Amino acid sequence: MIKLENISKKYHDFEVVKEVNLEIEKGKLTTIIGPNGAGKSTLLGMVSRLIEKSGGNVFIGDIAIENWKDSELAKTLAILKQDNNVNIKITVEELVAFGRFPYCKGKLSKEDKAMIENAINYMGLEEMKDKYLNELSGGQRQRAFIAMIIAQDTEYILLDEPLNSLDIKHAKELMNIIRDLVDKLGKTVVMVLHDINFASVYSDAIIAMQDGKVFKIGSVEEVICDETLNSLFDTNMKIHKFEERIICIYY
Amino acid sequence: MVNKKVVSILTITTVILVGLYIFVGINSSNFGYFFPRRLTRILGIILVGLTISISTVIFQALTNNKILTPNMLGFDSMYVLSQTTMVFFFGQMSIINTNNQLNFFITLIVMVLLSSVLYGLLFKKMGSQIIAMLMIGIILSTLFRSFSSFLQMIMDPNEFSIIQDRSFASFNNMNTNILWYAVILTFVVFIIISEDLIKLDVVALGKEHAINLGINYDKFSRKQLILISTLIAIATSLVGPIMFLGLLVVNIARVISKTYKHTSLIILSFLISLVFLIGGQLVLERIFNFALPLNIVINFVGGMYMLYLLKKEMTL
Repeated sequence: MIKLENISKKYHDFEVVKEVNLEIEKGKLTTIIGPNGAGKSTLLGMVSRLIEKSGGNVFIGDIAIENWKDSELAKTLAILKQDNNVNIKITVEELVAFGRFPYCKGKLSKEDKAMIENAINYMGLEEMKDKYLNELSGGQRQRAFIAMIIAQDTEYILLDEPLNSLDIKHAKELMNIIRDLVDKLGKTVVMVLHDINFASVYSDAIIAMQDGKVFKIGSVEEVICDETLNSLFDTNMKIHKFEERIICIYY
Repeated sequence: MVNKKVVSILTITTVILVGLYIFVGINSSNFGYFFPRRLTRILGIILVGLTISISTVIFQALTNNKILTPNMLGFDSMYVLSQTTMVFFFGQMSIINTNNQLNFFITLIVMVLLSSVLYGLLFKKMGSQIIAMLMIGIILSTLFRSFSSFLQMIMDPNEFSIIQDRSFASFNNMNTNILWYAVILTFVVFIIISEDLIKLDVVALGKEHAINLGINYDKFSRKQLILISTLIAIATSLVGPIMFLGLLVVNIARVISKTYKHTSLIILSFLISLVFLIGGQLVLERIFNFALPLNIVINFVGGMYMLYLLKKEMTL
């Protein structure tokens, strides 16, 4: 379980996240949606200690984030940001191997190597594992980074707009993989998504944010409704039930 | 992995050069004079090669770039400034200026304090903006240099001659008084760094990935900054400012090794710097009869190499 207590972030006088309280359930796929500037990525950044919070508490499990040992937290929680530029020349396999760093500190054991191979296969990267990252397309690179996160084998996985720069096919495949991480491997995934329909079809729970506050939190049915979305995004939206799925039409 | 063939070729070349440097022109009558002098010079060169290679590799991993080196951000003009201020405010007869060893340690402490504050702040504010950092670095080093020369203008000529003596240390005129302290200190720093080398590979992925993989980034970079300024202080106090050596050897090592592993990179850079420095010193000393100081040649070649690198990066 991830618990946020009165968490806030200020840049100078500008408050990006305002005293947010919420709980994220274990073993679920939770999505954060909301308009630009709602503080979604900042919130995720604070949960993952990438961004220093201005106030409040974050609990991962039962332990406050400050009380975690860095190396232990890296075995429990993984974060992937939206733009992943790496300046060094490394192959896909070498990148995925970094996911094992919290465990082996650079000396790969047999189990580590097996985990790396699994992660590569899981993301369908076998054929390009010896390719350099800068030779890959944006989507392939994104998959390589996700493979690294999978190799990191953490209970909690935080993803900031993982579908960025993916086409429809790869976006769908990636969402299926993330769904599997939750259903088959029992991981807890929290991610920021821009596409409401992806959020609605794949998530267990949705957090809607606006102006740095939680606008609504709940199951897909509770959050994805005309009333909530219209005022959340300030546009007219129509919600339809289609083959058991809730789809938004806003075009 | 390190390309074993390259490493062995470089090692053999280094050994041959050391042999040539020490034994050419030596005979039984001048052995007692030349041998110890040449040996200390080789030791000094090894120290400079080691400190410059390590500090540059760490610095580039931290700042995620291949062009900036700590020397370019004014670490060595900071050395000249701290020397000048010490003579200016305490006078030439003060113990901190007459005792070479004491002077070395005080300079070291001043540099570590000043650079941790200044560059710590700089990293925090603009860690990812390489060009901006380069500009600020150049401005800072110019500032330090102008301030030093301002103080030198208004100080007593006798005191000025002390500064001149100190800041014009070079490969021909090594500050050998502190050599053994430098050896011990480098060794200590090396021990402290050896456990961090593997973390450098992770840090080079970028700040956010490093944090994700369990590195306490702020603490780590503060520690490395202190170690870098210690290493630069050692190199500068031995042979004076050498701006482009690090840039030159580390980038050549990168081209040869094609590895991202920082341990390999340091080993290669170190060996390359030895070949450069000992070979260069050999040629300039024996063939050109000390007519040309090695520092100037390195800065000339290194400066041109930097222009080439900048041009290459721009077109990408």
